[in-house]
Amino acid sequence: MTANSEIAVEKFLEHTDAEAASFFEACVHCGECAEACQFYLSTGDPKYTPTYKLRPMERAYKRDKAPFSGLKKALGLAPSPVTEEELREWEPLVYDSCNMCARCTLVCPMGIDIAGTIRKMREGYAAAGFVPEGLQRSAEFVKKTGSPMGVTAKALKAQIKHQEDAVGIKIEIDKKGADYMAIFSSMEIMGYPEVLGAYAKLFKRAGLTWTISSVAYEATNVGVQIGSAPMAKEILQRVVDAAEALEVKHVISPECGHAYGAIRWAGPNMMGRQFKFEVVHIIELLDQLRREGKIPVGKKDTRRMTLHDPCQIIRRGGLLKEPRSLLNDSCANFTEMKGAGITNFCCGGGGGVSANPRAEELKTAAFSRKVEQLNGVQDLEAVVVPCGNCRAVFEDGLDEYDLDLEIIGLSELVAETLAEEDETGA
Amino acid sequence: MSFLEFVEGPLFLVASAIFLLGVVWRVGGIILIGRKKDISPPKGSAAMGFLKGNLRHFIPRGIFAKRTALHLIAGYGFHLALLVLVLFAAPHIAFIQDRLVNVNLPEMPRWGFILTAEISFAGLIMLWVRRISDPVMRLISDWDDHIGSWLTFLVMLTGCLALQESHGFLRAQHMLVVDVWLIYFPFSRLMHAFTFFLSRGNSGATYGRKGINL
Repeated sequence: MTANSEIAVEKFLEHTDAEAASFFEACVHCGECAEACQFYLSTGDPKYTPTYKLRPMERAYKRDKAPFSGLKKALGLAPSPVTEEELREWEPLVYDSCNMCARCTLVCPMGIDIAGTIRKMREGYAAAGFVPEGLQRSAEFVKKTGSPMGVTAKALKAQIKHQEDAVGIKIEIDKKGADYMAIFSSMEIMGYPEVLGAYAKLFKRAGLTWTISSVAYEATNVGVQIGSAPMAKEILQRVVDAAEALEVKHVISPECGHAYGAIRWAGPNMMGRQFKFEVVHIIELLDQLRREGKIPVGKKDTRRMTLHDPCQIIRRGGLLKEPRSLLNDSCANFTEMKGAGITNFCCGGGGGVSANPRAEELKTAAFSRKVEQLNGVQDLEAVVVPCGNCRAVFEDGLDEYDLDLEIIGLSELVAETLAEEDETGA
Repeated sequence: MSFLEFVEGPLFLVASAIFLLGVVWRVGGIILIGRKKDISPPKGSAAMGFLKGNLRHFIPRGIFAKRTALHLIAGYGFHLALLVLVLFAAPHIAFIQDRLVNVNLPEMPRWGFILTAEISFAGLIMLWVRRISDPVMRLISDWDDHIGSWLTFLVMLTGCLALQESHGFLRAQHMLVVDVWLIYFPFSRLMHAFTFFLSRGNSGATYGRKGINL
């Protein structure tokens, strides 16, 4: 064993808690998980079988931590030590071919959370320095600017100014005591800045006070994608400190999959305490405002639309009904794609895959499943993609597969179909 | 002491003790590893999620069922038929009443035994053939999977040979394999019969806390 592999194994063992142990102990090698993994389905290569991706961590556990491991070692029946060569061989399986989408958990007769365990496994890889170059580069950008795409406060302010001009509404920066503080993914700020204008329009209509922090505007947590708990905590700390300094009541997690899980579910556990604010997902908030009658719908969009379910928001985030409710309100011709909802396919770029240029070919292959779903909806004109990262993957994928479809964010659609004030008498 | 008396007596007692202690040690060992308390504000009940996770994974999802039909039929066929054989085959009931506990279990008719055994054999053989023929299964399988399958197969085979009760040796042969199976069980993947509730439950609890309706 080399020093690096020792570090990795040490982290594997540290992160193998009773939950991960129960998964390793229950797997019967039935191979059902392969049938749920779009990397396996798109390539037919058995090495993409989800449970196989966990092999080095499982071996480390069975050798050094599992019940009877001491007895098996004494009898020479324990698995051999995990080597650096093996760890390096597995690295593309752990980072390039797992979106951590958790579709495999649904098919697994043992209910094993392979995605969650891959997340823990990545802790070992990150600690040992076995991380793909693309993700490492994102991490360096985060250290320098706080954003994986290097989005500075100056760039953010420029985008805010453009949107203020576009919608004619002032967006408050660093407003102390606001009810809500919004954070965004870099992809949204630079690629889809109209979401800022949509928030301004919707929140003004709902009568909410909200703000954007000039020091903590980034929701993307590269630490979670890479599997580095210290980095994830550092990134999260900025948001928590800013929100608590501004004394906001809520932080709005954006249309970004993993960002929601990072702050809403993993956040308090990483920080070791509960926050002084509540985390709410933008879709959750918009659905609540809609139900309260604060953002009434006006003229519906009549295009034939379908909805992509971002894994971390829907399957792992629990927001299944809310986007559908909003879409049904805003769109006159909403049609579900086959396999929609909890079992929907990932875009293929989740789990850090889209930030990893080495995985480009695999990502495009995985998107073929989404193309099949989209082609299955007759006369489709637009697809609503409520995640900035998925949206970028969709743009590349649709281009690659030569599909002419409009891609829309959900907040933007809700803002576009908001009733005019005179329509409701408000 | 005859060979039959030995495998049904002291060896069976030792094998049963190893089985019971081993199962408790292994399940307890997994639980005692412990896990950090989740302090994120819950949206739903983890306890209900644990229960629901356990029940939900008994039922295959329609979207996957088509692709995995063979596995599902063979898996359910084998496991359910084996359970019926263990509990309701006449010689097993006599053995349970004589050696373990005096309970009144309904005896299966002979035709029922034959039919159930056929289903169980067919299921196990299909699962094993898939294990050696499917590229995914070949890649992920190890020696433990094969030993578990073969030992179970031998338990069933010798059980059928002993059904007629024509010769004591056939019964002794069956009991010997059963004893070996009991001793092997807690150290092997056969333990999934007990660990499944932990893995399903743990995932279910995580989903339950998040308010996810799986």
